[in-house]
Amino acid sequence: MSSARYSVGIDLGTTHCALSFVDLIQSEGEGAQQQVMGVPQFTSPGNVEEKALLPSFLYLPHPEEFAQDDITPPGRDGRHYVVGELARSQGARTPIRLVASAKSWLCHPGIDRRAAVLPLDAPEEVEKISPLQASIYYLQELCDTWNNQYPDAPLAKQSVTITVPASFDPAARDLTAEAARAIGLEHFLLLEEPQAALYSWLQATGGNWRKQVHVGDIILVVDVGGGTTDLSLIAVTEQEGNLILQRIAVGDHILLGGDNMDLALAHVISAKLTNQGTRLEPWQLQGLTHGCRAAKETLLNDADVETVPVVVPSRGSRLIGGTLRTEITRAELMQAIVEGFFPRVDVSAQPLSRARGALTRFSLPYAQDAAITRHLAAFLTRQSGATVELAGFESASTGDACFLHPTAILFNGGVFKGQLMADRMCEVINSWLQKENVSHVRVLEGMDLDLAVAKGAAYYGYVRLGQGVRIRGGTAKSYYIGVESAMPAVPGIEPPIQALCVAPFGMEEGTCVELPGREFGLVVGEPVRFRFFGSSVRREDHAGVMLDHWSPEEIEELEEIEINLPAENRSPGEVVPVHLQAAITETGTLHLEAVSPSGEHWKVEFDVRGSMEGGS
Amino acid sequence: MSESAGPGFITRFFLAFSFFFRFMFNKEFAGAVMRIGKGESPAVAVEEQAITAKPKPEAVPPPLKETPPDSALQLLGLLQQEGRFIDFIEEDVTQFSDADIGAAVRVVHDGCRRALHDHMTTEPVRSEQEGARVTLSAGFDASAIRVTGNVTGKPPFNGTLIHRGWRVKTITLPKLTEGHDVKVLAPAEIEL
Repeated sequence: MSSARYSVGIDLGTTHCALSFVDLIQSEGEGAQQQVMGVPQFTSPGNVEEKALLPSFLYLPHPEEFAQDDITPPGRDGRHYVVGELARSQGARTPIRLVASAKSWLCHPGIDRRAAVLPLDAPEEVEKISPLQASIYYLQELCDTWNNQYPDAPLAKQSVTITVPASFDPAARDLTAEAARAIGLEHFLLLEEPQAALYSWLQATGGNWRKQVHVGDIILVVDVGGGTTDLSLIAVTEQEGNLILQRIAVGDHILLGGDNMDLALAHVISAKLTNQGTRLEPWQLQGLTHGCRAAKETLLNDADVETVPVVVPSRGSRLIGGTLRTEITRAELMQAIVEGFFPRVDVSAQPLSRARGALTRFSLPYAQDAAITRHLAAFLTRQSGATVELAGFESASTGDACFLHPTAILFNGGVFKGQLMADRMCEVINSWLQKENVSHVRVLEGMDLDLAVAKGAAYYGYVRLGQGVRIRGGTAKSYYIGVESAMPAVPGIEPPIQALCVAPFGMEEGTCVELPGREFGLVVGEPVRFRFFGSSVRREDHAGVMLDHWSPEEIEELEEIEINLPAENRSPGEVVPVHLQAAITETGTLHLEAVSPSGEHWKVEFDVRGSMEGGS
Repeated sequence: MSESAGPGFITRFFLAFSFFFRFMFNKEFAGAVMRIGKGESPAVAVEEQAITAKPKPEAVPPPLKETPPDSALQLLGLLQQEGRFIDFIEEDVTQFSDADIGAAVRVVHDGCRRALHDHMTTEPVRSEQEGARVTLSAGFDASAIRVTGNVTGKPPFNGTLIHRGWRVKTITLPKLTEGHDVKVLAPAEIEL
């Protein structure tokens, strides 16, 4: 790593990827020399354009579908897939061959993340790929582009930071790391996206951030991307006179984003047209969604505009006469998007969830409640005790506060290009704060909403070398394995389970805890599975604590973990006593190992084969 | 809208687009149009231009630069792809109402504008308001400024800015793969 010329940040997003980099030689102090790498990609067959964003879409074409030359980048003969802009536009017309939202599938407990299952609706003849493989392809595309542009500084030799949602579970982080290793990266770090956004803001202020935040501030990062909403809280504390940033909580994985908003608006307009006697074909709905996105931006950014016409062009060459025209009014937009996604709710509100029908089609666990403000209310309420153990935050966590009071807010994601959305979000939060007689939140300004994550990631790699302030955090959850209580078997009753804390909250990268006091007998050659749990609120549990009971809101079950002792040098059936050791790697992944008394180590694997029920 | 009142917005839009390339790539044509602005007869102006372009047959004429059509085709392809440009131009507009044409023009205008802005940045040659009095000092850039009307005497010239002009500041067209056929502006689409 010491030979790295650049610190590279990769935003491996649900809908877009981006790469930014800091020249380590030319940068000094808080003035980092930063650029965004353009990614050449097919925009239509045969046409390659360079764009800052690489849409995270992958298209698996029929062998006869395109002239082979038209979709093969130079020097990559025999490639059987298309990524980027062309994949997205072609996939809109032929969705059975499109892989989209691979990243959301990467943390879906219902499917085997290494199995070739995408696209879900593809016919037999399409050679499907796994969510992991899709992530590898996106990274490979960025890596190849980099290596083409900087042949003297191959990506594998640079200091690379890849961002993941703060809400990614250990298994999904592990898979992201596996994808990075698959393209040949060895020294890389994982960074949570909301933290990356904050790093980008820190850098953009050019050192001035110290004047904009103070000890005692709690910064709420609201990152609403194309497909996901990610929430984090970062506290500003002090140590030896220096300001310190500490990430104190992260929200759940919410599959809800800007794409939902465009779709919602399109459905409103489609219903309006149906009422007027025009029924839309599926392809027209697509065109309408596209038109609605543009209209939405106009309405959101120009308060004087009351109505914006939307047209859905015909598919045939006869444009005039075949084109459908309608308009979106400001009232419709407010109703569909602002009221639909950012309603004024009370802080005690909880996201609505309805029982899923037994025949629910297998799909991504999209958020059932579209109201981002309700998800936020639930998050702040659940985290009301997040600052209890921090010095200087007594006031924020007194007993009568029913939610954690943010003092500043940082918006990220394309959705907040619409000022109305950001304004509404502030209005709702302020209404909660006002009820508890606390002053309003301040908005931290100056973000590049599309590229902040990639930029922040690159800046983080630079900061780690000793320049500028670092956000502390460690794990945002404590982790437990399920241990069956020793009790006589009762038919039909599951033995009660206890939870053994293996990794405490806030474990930092590069640290390790061992539990020598808790031994298990593992049978050689027989895989043993453990139930695995995580909690985003139990900050006080230290490693080795055994819980007998807990409330379901406190601890959520994750996918099982599995230990398999290979039969090397041992006879199958032999019982080996082991204890567990948990480490947070430098990369940022949770690494569990079983250790024998003689010092042998075996990795405990996350089960990503989809053993859990679909949905969540 | 009566005939004598001149073309309406839609027709003007149509004209603006079809003349876009001629303005960009044909100086004589652009000059002729500017003279129309000064009240001269367009036919005569073009005729004169044609005559003055001819003399001096004695020397070997310098070879004229052939422009490969690829980038023009590419740009047309982009305008079609984003803004349905060819569809619109090739359609017979006489049989449709202005409302129908208007709806289609939104598609063309939005799309072509996007295609244009995505691939080039344009700026006016002159930053003054049209109608403003401007002074041209000696040695002005004659390829970027066309003087018309009472062109006599020596600079500095004083005149009225009729049209601000357009200049392309940057242009980036997509790169093409080997063997890609740019003559296909839009492939036929067949749904299976």
